[in-house]
Amino acid sequence: MLTGAFAMVFFYAPLDADQGFVQKIFYVHVPMAIVALIGFVAGGICAVMYLRTRATKWDMRSYVSIHLSVILAVGVLVTGSIWARASWGQWWVWDEPMLVSFLIVFLLYATYWPLRFSLEDKEKQARYASVFAIVAGAFVPLNFAAVRMAEAYIHPQTGATVAGGLPPKMGLTFLVALIGMGLLFATLVKYEMASKHATFRLRALRRKLAGDDDDLMLSGRSAAPQL
Amino acid sequence: MRSTVATLLAKELTLEWRTRESVPAMVLFSIATYVVFHFGLDRDRVTGDLASGVLVVTLLFAAILGINRLFVAEHEQGGFDGFLLAPVDRTAMLVAKAVALFCFLCIVEVFALPAFALLLLGPPLTQALPALVLVLLLANAGIAVIGTLVAGLAIQTRARDLIVPLLALPLLVPVVLAAARSATPLLQDGGAGALPGNWMAMLAIYDLLFALIAFAVFDFLLED
Amino acid sequence: MQLRGAGRRYGERAALRDVTLELEAGRTLVVFGPNGAGKTTLLRMLATLLRPHAGEVRVLGRPLPDDGYAVRGRIGFLSHEALLYRELSGRENLRFYARLHRVAPARVDAVLEAVGMTGRGDDPVAELSRGMIQRLAIARAVLHEPDLLLLDEPLANLDPAAAAQVAPLIGPDSGATRVVTSHDPAGGLQGADLALGLKAARVAFLAPTAEIGPAQIGELYR
Ligand SMILES: Nc1ncnc2c1ncn2[C@@H]1O[C@H](COP(=O)(O)OP(=O)(O)OP(=O)(O)O)[C@@H](O)[C@H]1O
Ligand SMILES: [Mg+2]
Repeated sequence: MLTGAFAMVFFYAPLDADQGFVQKIFYVHVPMAIVALIGFVAGGICAVMYLRTRATKWDMRSYVSIHLSVILAVGVLVTGSIWARASWGQWWVWDEPMLVSFLIVFLLYATYWPLRFSLEDKEKQARYASVFAIVAGAFVPLNFAAVRMAEAYIHPQTGATVAGGLPPKMGLTFLVALIGMGLLFATLVKYEMASKHATFRLRALRRKLAGDDDDLMLSGRSAAPQL
Repeated sequence: MRSTVATLLAKELTLEWRTRESVPAMVLFSIATYVVFHFGLDRDRVTGDLASGVLVVTLLFAAILGINRLFVAEHEQGGFDGFLLAPVDRTAMLVAKAVALFCFLCIVEVFALPAFALLLLGPPLTQALPALVLVLLLANAGIAVIGTLVAGLAIQTRARDLIVPLLALPLLVPVVLAAARSATPLLQDGGAGALPGNWMAMLAIYDLLFALIAFAVFDFLLED
Repeated sequence: MQLRGAGRRYGERAALRDVTLELEAGRTLVVFGPNGAGKTTLLRMLATLLRPHAGEVRVLGRPLPDDGYAVRGRIGFLSHEALLYRELSGRENLRFYARLHRVAPARVDAVLEAVGMTGRGDDPVAELSRGMIQRLAIARAVLHEPDLLLLDEPLANLDPAAAAQVAPLIGPDSGATRVVTSHDPAGGLQGADLALGLKAARVAFLAPTAEIGPAQIGELYR
C-alpha cells in the first residue's frame, strides 16, 4: 500500500508549480505528522485503559504506540527540515508551527524512556508511564494550539490545503499516502506487539527450563513493559 | 477535603519556614541568573520582549529548583505512607502541594521582581506593576499545577533531578510563551502598553485544562 | 480479616504467594519469618498501601483494594519507618496526623503521655534517639484508636521499661485485632492466638499458638 502510494507520489501527482519536485516530500511529511499525532493520542488513550483495567496489554499498546510515534516524529522533523530548506532556504524555521510543535512534543516524549527506565518495579513503571502518556497525550493538541497562535502563517498552509484546497490529483495522492502511512503504523504496532510477546514467552520458557518457577530474577533491567 | 488541604498546606509552609530549603535558594538563583543575563547578553538594561523573556525564563528555571524538592520530605520521611493511611481524599495532596508551590513562587517574585527592576529592567516598573502581577499570578498557577504533576511523576524515579527538567520544560513551553507575550507590551520603553487579552486568555485556559488533567491522574501517582 | 490465596509481586519477584488465613475480630496473629520472607509486604497489603496481585483480601469485612477508603481510617499501621517529619516536633507531627484523621487535639497529649514522650514532645524528631522515635511512631499508629493494628516489629529499639509502657496501647489488652511481626520466638508468641510462619514468600506454618513451639520457629530461620 505504501509502495503504491509512493509510486503515485512520483508518477501520478502533478509537480507543484512553484516548489517543484521537492514538494513531493509533502506526501511523506504531512501523513507522517498526522499519523504520529494520532499515535501519541492513541498512546494516551491506551494508558487510560491501562489505569482502568490494569491489564499489561494496554500498557504494552501504549508503549508501542508512543515508541513508533516518536520514530515518526523524528521522521517528521527530518523531512520537515529538508522541506524548509527547499522552500525557504533554511534548515530550520521558527515560524513553522508544525515543525516547532513537533520539536517540543518530541523533546517531551524523549523522556518517556528515561522515566520508565528509572523505575524498577514493573507495575509502578506501567502506572507512571501511563500517567505520563495521558498528560503528554493531552499536551500534544494544547501545545499545537499554543504554538500555532504564536507563529505567523508564512507556512504553505498545509492545514488549509488538507482541508480541500488541493487539486484533485494531489488530493488523491495525499489521501493514499495518508492511508498508507496509517497502515504502516498499524502493521508496525502489530509486529512490535507480536515480537514483544514472543520474547516474553521465550523468557518464561527459559525460566521453566532453568527449573526455577519464579524466584530467578531476569537479568538486566528493561524499560519495555512485559506481559 | 478543604480541611485536609488546609492541614497539608499548613504543614508544608511550616516545614519550609523551618528548613528554609526551597524559597531562599530560588530567590538567590533568580538574582544570580539576572547577573548572568547581564553578562551573557552584554546589556545594562533590557526592555520589551527581551525583558519579558528574561523575566519569565528566570522564573521558570527558579521554579524547577522548587519542583525538584517538592515531594522530597514525603518521599524520604514516609509522609506518603502516613498520608495514604489517613481516610482523606488523595487529591488533597495535589491541591496542597500546588498551592504551596504557588505561594513559594509568589514569595520568590516579591524579591526577584525588584531585583530585576533594579539590575536589568529599562523602563520603570511601577506603571506596569498591576498588570504584570496579574500575568505572573497566572504563570505561577500554571507552573504550580504542572510542576506538582511533574514532581509527582519523578519523585519515585532514581534520576529524579534529571527527569524533572526534562518533563517540565516542554510542558511549560506554552506557559512561558503566553506569559512572555503577555508581559512584552508591559515592559516596553516609553510607558506600558495594553495587556494582550488573547494571550492572557490562553494562559488561563492552559492553566485550567492542566488543572483538570492533574486532577484526573494524580491519584494514580500515589497508590501502592 | 480474611485472606484467600493472596499474593504480591515486586516486578518479577514474588514477595508473597498464596497466603490463606482468617483472623477473627479481637484476636492476634503473630508473623514469623527470616529477613525478606514477606512479613512487611503482608502488613503493607493489609494496610491498603500495596494492592494485592492475586487472591482475595478482606480487611474488617471489606474487600481490598476496592473498599480501601472505607477501612483506612480504622487501621493503625506501625511500619519500619516512623512516618514522621524530621523537622517537625513529635507533638506537631501528631497534631498533623490528628487533623488528617479528624481526632480531637486533646488525644495528642494523651498518647504522648502514654508513650512517655511528654517531656521531649516539642523537640524536632531529627534530634531524638531511635527508641524515642519508635515511641512516637507507636503514638502515631494508635492516635485514632484503630480497630485493626498492624505492627511491624513494634518493640524494635525499645528498652524493657518502654516496652512495658506501650503494652496497653498495642498489646493484647488494647482490644484491637492485631497482626504483629516478630523475630523473637518466645516474646512473639505471648498474647497471640494464631501464628503464621513465612519463608521465601510462602506459608511455612499456620496454627494456633498452643501448637507452635520454638523448634518450629527455629526451623524457619534455617
Ligand atoms: N519496594 C520493594 N521493591 C522491590 N522489592 C521489594 C520491595 N519491598 C520488598 N521487596 C522484596 O520483597 C521480599 C519481601 O520483603 P519484606 O520487606 O516483606 O520482608 P520482611 O519479611 O519484612 O523482612 P525483614 O525481616 O527484613 O523486615 C524481599 O525479597 C524484598 O527484597
Ligand atoms: Mg520487614
